[in-house]
Amino acid sequence: MSKGLILMLCYIFLAPLIGGLLEGFDRKISARMQRRVGPPLLQPFYDVIKLFNKETITVEIAQTFLILTYFILMVVTGAMFFLGSDILMCFFVLSTAATFLYFAGVITSSPYSSVGAQRELIQMMTYEPAVLLTCVGFYLAAGSFNVADIAQTPISYIAYLPGFFVAFVFILTIKMRKSPFDTSASHHMHQELVKGITTEMASKNLALFQVTEWYENVFLMGVIGLFIINTNPVSIAVAVAVILLTYFLEILIDNSSARMKWQEMLKITWGVTLFTAGVNLIILMIVK
Amino acid sequence: MANIKRSPWLLHYDGSSCNGCDIEVLACLTPVYDAERLGVMNTGDPMQADILLITGGVNAQNAPVVKQLYDQMPNPKVVVAVGVCACTGGVFKDCYNILGGADTVIPVDVYVPGCAARPQAIIDGIIQAVEIFQKRSDDYKVQEKARKSGKEVQVNG
Amino acid sequence: MAIESIIPFLIVFPFVMAIVMFITRVNKVRNAISYASAVVIMAAVALLTGQWIAGGCQEHVLYYDTELVDHIILVAELVLMVVVTFLCFKYRKYWISLLSIVPTLFIAYFELKGPEMAEAGHIYVDHLSILMCLIVGVIGGLIVVYAVGYMHGYHHHHTDIPDRRYYFFTLLFLFLGAMFGFVLSENLLWIDFFWELTSICSFLLIGYTKEPVAINNSFRALWMNLLGGTALAIGIIYFGYTSGVITLHELVNMGVAGEVVATIPVALIAFAALTKAAQLPFSTWLIGAMVAPTPSSALLHSATMVKAGIYVLYRLAPAMSGTTTGTMISFIGGFTFLITSFMAIAQSDGKKVLAFSTISNLGLMVACAGVGTPETIWAGVFLMLFHAISKSLLFQDVGATENALHSRSVEDMHGLLYILPRLAIFMFIGIAGMFLAPFGMLISKWAALKASVDERNIILVMMICFGSATTSFYWTKWMGKIISQSHLKETKYKDITKKNEVISLTIHAVLMVLLCALFPLLSRIYVTPLIGEMFGDAIEVMSQGLLYALVVVILLVFAVPFLAYLYGKKMRKTMVLSYMNGVNTGENKKFVDSFGEEKTLWLSNYYMHKVIGSRKLMVPSQVFTVAVLVVMLCMIIGGVRL
Repeated sequence: MSKGLILMLCYIFLAPLIGGLLEGFDRKISARMQRRVGPPLLQPFYDVIKLFNKETITVEIAQTFLILTYFILMVVTGAMFFLGSDILMCFFVLSTAATFLYFAGVITSSPYSSVGAQRELIQMMTYEPAVLLTCVGFYLAAGSFNVADIAQTPISYIAYLPGFFVAFVFILTIKMRKSPFDTSASHHMHQELVKGITTEMASKNLALFQVTEWYENVFLMGVIGLFIINTNPVSIAVAVAVILLTYFLEILIDNSSARMKWQEMLKITWGVTLFTAGVNLIILMIVK
Repeated sequence: MANIKRSPWLLHYDGSSCNGCDIEVLACLTPVYDAERLGVMNTGDPMQADILLITGGVNAQNAPVVKQLYDQMPNPKVVVAVGVCACTGGVFKDCYNILGGADTVIPVDVYVPGCAARPQAIIDGIIQAVEIFQKRSDDYKVQEKARKSGKEVQVNG
Repeated sequence: MAIESIIPFLIVFPFVMAIVMFITRVNKVRNAISYASAVVIMAAVALLTGQWIAGGCQEHVLYYDTELVDHIILVAELVLMVVVTFLCFKYRKYWISLLSIVPTLFIAYFELKGPEMAEAGHIYVDHLSILMCLIVGVIGGLIVVYAVGYMHGYHHHHTDIPDRRYYFFTLLFLFLGAMFGFVLSENLLWIDFFWELTSICSFLLIGYTKEPVAINNSFRALWMNLLGGTALAIGIIYFGYTSGVITLHELVNMGVAGEVVATIPVALIAFAALTKAAQLPFSTWLIGAMVAPTPSSALLHSATMVKAGIYVLYRLAPAMSGTTTGTMISFIGGFTFLITSFMAIAQSDGKKVLAFSTISNLGLMVACAGVGTPETIWAGVFLMLFHAISKSLLFQDVGATENALHSRSVEDMHGLLYILPRLAIFMFIGIAGMFLAPFGMLISKWAALKASVDERNIILVMMICFGSATTSFYWTKWMGKIISQSHLKETKYKDITKKNEVISLTIHAVLMVLLCALFPLLSRIYVTPLIGEMFGDAIEVMSQGLLYALVVVILLVFAVPFLAYLYGKKMRKTMVLSYMNGVNTGENKKFVDSFGEEKTLWLSNYYMHKVIGSRKLMVPSQVFTVAVLVVMLCMIIGGVRL
């Protein structure tokens, strides 16, 4: 329990740093892939600090409170995860957090932000089955939904759950808002949606949104790590390596694909989920 | 004072330009010039932008649009007029519909001349704008503090 | 008073009130009587529960000798048959009358000429039936209160519909009596009678307006429910002839013991429950039932009557667990859960969304019953409880909103929070109860998922995972619509909700939040013993530690938005216009178009009706489920070797 507590505190205080750094690397590597020099490594932090220092403007007063709720619930999600509690519960709180983000998008009744929010909702619907199935996979393999119990395994769960891993990495592209699935908030400029769900977020609100994304990314990376980790301490190093590799893969996908319409996104993602997670689930149910 | 000049986000608005300057503005973001190494991001959203980059002159139809976009940007903010049309109206100055340069509707801080303005010149303009941005930001902080403590402070610039 | 005297009162009192309602033609007098009887019914239910708890929450089997009542019921059943036949001939739907005549005559023959049945109790009181009584009594009573105000407004707006409120209230009370009788009966013949009575109440209420659509839909509901009733009657008679007893618990015990005698009756009764719970392929009757005035939709078609099907399935659950019948039921339930939640996405009519989501949630409950393990029943009981309250709240709220807004389209509820704040908040609580994290529905879904993994039911696992994704889609988009900044600010809408409607809504909302907070307590003191009664051994489905952790999360999720709200209010902000490429005209809902003129902006949700509309999905899924049902029923019945 005390180990979980330490991990949780680490998450609460370090996640924004790690998340920001990861994004810094992301931007740098993306730039290099495009043969550019790219921004400094700490650029994401500069951006957020600047946003916090600007005048607070808003279209709808309630937006701030919705984004703040989104932020806190996201931190709670990650904290619960690193504390070692129920993984399914974590994802339920996460989906509540995402609901608040949707509210923050639509409450302005601004066209771009509303369309972005609607697309965000479709994305939620698209990735949710894979997320739930991942939890089911862990439960089947470990016999418990508790992260703390799942982490105590002699053999890494990826051995049992390769299909679930593929499905989870696949939906990670959606969760991390990477092309081809960045339909709701475009990180790349000059798109039909301006800034999508974040269009009406400015200064502090946007900064908060950005930090929340970092928390979320670290949490998601934690889930990736959970596939790898076992009782052997070496596995921690392997887990970190796999996390970095996964992140790199996402950057690669981001830079080498054009975005899709939601119909394709839904079809492909559900197809992949059904196929990989489904086949894995059948095998696992027979074996375990 | 926070060091905020490392993160200038741009809003690029095309007035009644011939598109020559617009292409040069976008050229700044290509691998050859790569403005992102200065932290520049080209956001399409005034609410998130710090520097408004205007190309082309202001005409009767787009004057309220320019004004609105400027108003939607949060303080502190800087305006850069790119190209001779945005600075003065350029060759279109005496057209029936042209009001003149960008400064006819909003206060312009940096003028980048040229027809079309070269990317080097534009980046130079952005760097000057960034300095102004930092200064305004510092002033803004002082003002905010004064407002909180209830005192009136005169700030230059 | 002892339980023995409360139960007859509880069943007979609504019948008496139904007659009083029919006679009283002065609105004011009738309204007063309705209030009083609603209170009496709620008090009687409370008294029954109190007495039962004071008696130590025991199971009671009562009334062994009831020959007179048996005869009265037989006569009433024949009267129902005559009424249905008359109406079928009046509206030229001759063949439907067969579905009433044949089973009723069978039952009559069985009762008069059939073998002598073993002596047994006729009324059974335990945790499950008390829970059902509470749901029916409390929600039913509140809906009666609501209906008084609602029907007033309804006839105020719909002047073309003849005012037959006396008839409406007669049916409501008749239904309440039938429902109490149904959940308390142990004798299968009694169950059959009350079952038919609820079907016919529903049929008459759907046809209340006498418009062609209403009549058409009411007959659809009638034949589907009567088909179920026929299956029920055949199952009961078969069971009576083969085993010589005719009580529900005997049937379940035989089923649990694996006696082949029970296989066919269990399958037929479960089939009947599918029609009542509006599962595919019988879902269309519930959609059609939405033409009825809102109180009847709330009471019959979402909160209580459709739960009768679920109740029967929960009773049968131990007997179904692990059998082909169980597989069939859980498959149909899971499939309905998934497909109808797709269809709900494509609906913009608020009441239709509620209807589809009702079917969808019933599907999940049916699936839980079909799996038939303690965990799934635990989840299912909570699903039933939460669903009853939040759906009743939502139906009443949509009804009240429709009276004020003159529309029940979700699209027209844009910014409802700013035009009708009170109703919007109730709606928000209701929807939150249906899917958001701290509320019980989600926890129950979680337990259902866990149980179906434990049972290695892979198809159900998949259906729950995909179905809950689609479920949150349509609810979230509705919630977003309510809180969006309004386009309609300049049109003034008056909140004309009557005081009695507000009372009912408020109590529902408070119950919803209370249930959410008392969830662990309720699980320990009520639902766990219920499971114990049903399966013989009480198990903790969820550890108390986990449930208390849950309460912490709940408090957090409630507290966070509140604190964030306080903080956000304090912050200094500058208001700006929303971004519309600089052509916002200055009021966030109008922009300048390319001709230099003002255009109003209209935001709409995604409905995807071309991809997943009910027109597209309904017929194929009906065909599929009919095929599944036919094949599985043939397997079950053909597999029996006596």
